[in-house]
Amino acid sequence: MVQWTDFERATIQDVFSKMDYESVGPETLSRCLIVYPWTQRYFGNFGNLYNAAAIMGNPLVAKHGKTILHSLERGVKNMDNLKDTYAELSVLHSEKLRVDPDNFKLISDCLTIVVASRMGKAFTGEVQAALQKFLAVVVSSLRRQYH
Amino acid sequence: MLSKKQKELIAEIWASLTPVAEDIGADALGRMFASYPGTKTYFSHLDISPRSAHLLSHGRKIVLAIAEGARDIGQLTVTLAPLQTLHAYQLRIDPANFKLFSHCVLVALACHMGDDFTPDAHAAMDKYMSAFAAVLSEKYR
Repeated sequence: MVQWTDFERATIQDVFSKMDYESVGPETLSRCLIVYPWTQRYFGNFGNLYNAAAIMGNPLVAKHGKTILHSLERGVKNMDNLKDTYAELSVLHSEKLRVDPDNFKLISDCLTIVVASRMGKAFTGEVQAALQKFLAVVVSSLRRQYH
Repeated sequence: MLSKKQKELIAEIWASLTPVAEDIGADALGRMFASYPGTKTYFSHLDISPRSAHLLSHGRKIVLAIAEGARDIGQLTVTLAPLQTLHAYQLRIDPANFKLFSHCVLVALACHMGDDFTPDAHAAMDKYMSAFAAVLSEKYR
């Protein structure tokens, strides 16, 4: 089982409690689609993803970005049982959505960068390390049901 | 492939960061050491505590090299030739670490630039850092 230090627990709770889900979610997914355009392969029915402006203004991208972030919130509330928290979503991504699990790291990196730009100096190296550890465990939980 | 617009954006950003090269560089290195402790193994000869003289000086060196490359991206292989040799034959840093450092540079930029680190800037910068790392590893084998 993953061991969390007091600092890591407190940091994750703090970062997510201060987060504006309504804007961080859409921006994270948008950046992923812009910076790593091959990820657009999973969003064929989202309409116009032609350029950065189109992606940032796309309501389906925004909605889905929020969905993803709210799902992370569940993980924040269940840090000691991420494996079970994400079991169902893991099956969904593997069997129905057929998403290459390497993509999970890409969107994690985008989230880290969005949080960094929001928090500025408060996003120290230690805070970054804690967030990246949390996201890595979430990603690992999402990879578990791929066979 | 970097477009003309992306090259201009990258050159512009790095030119504006040259005055704070040591801050950005030290910040990126510090983040890398915090998130990826294995990278510290390459620095046993330096004092890498936060904002140490060594860290600031080393961070400055790296950022100035990245900024120089950004001035004429088409000539990266020429500009980086000496550093290619250094990394391949002397430093022999596993190139997988270049990815880790590049990510921390992007995070440092995001912290420093806030909203100015737009998705377009992020995309261009990510591509540039990948190209930089690829050229740097060219002489390894």
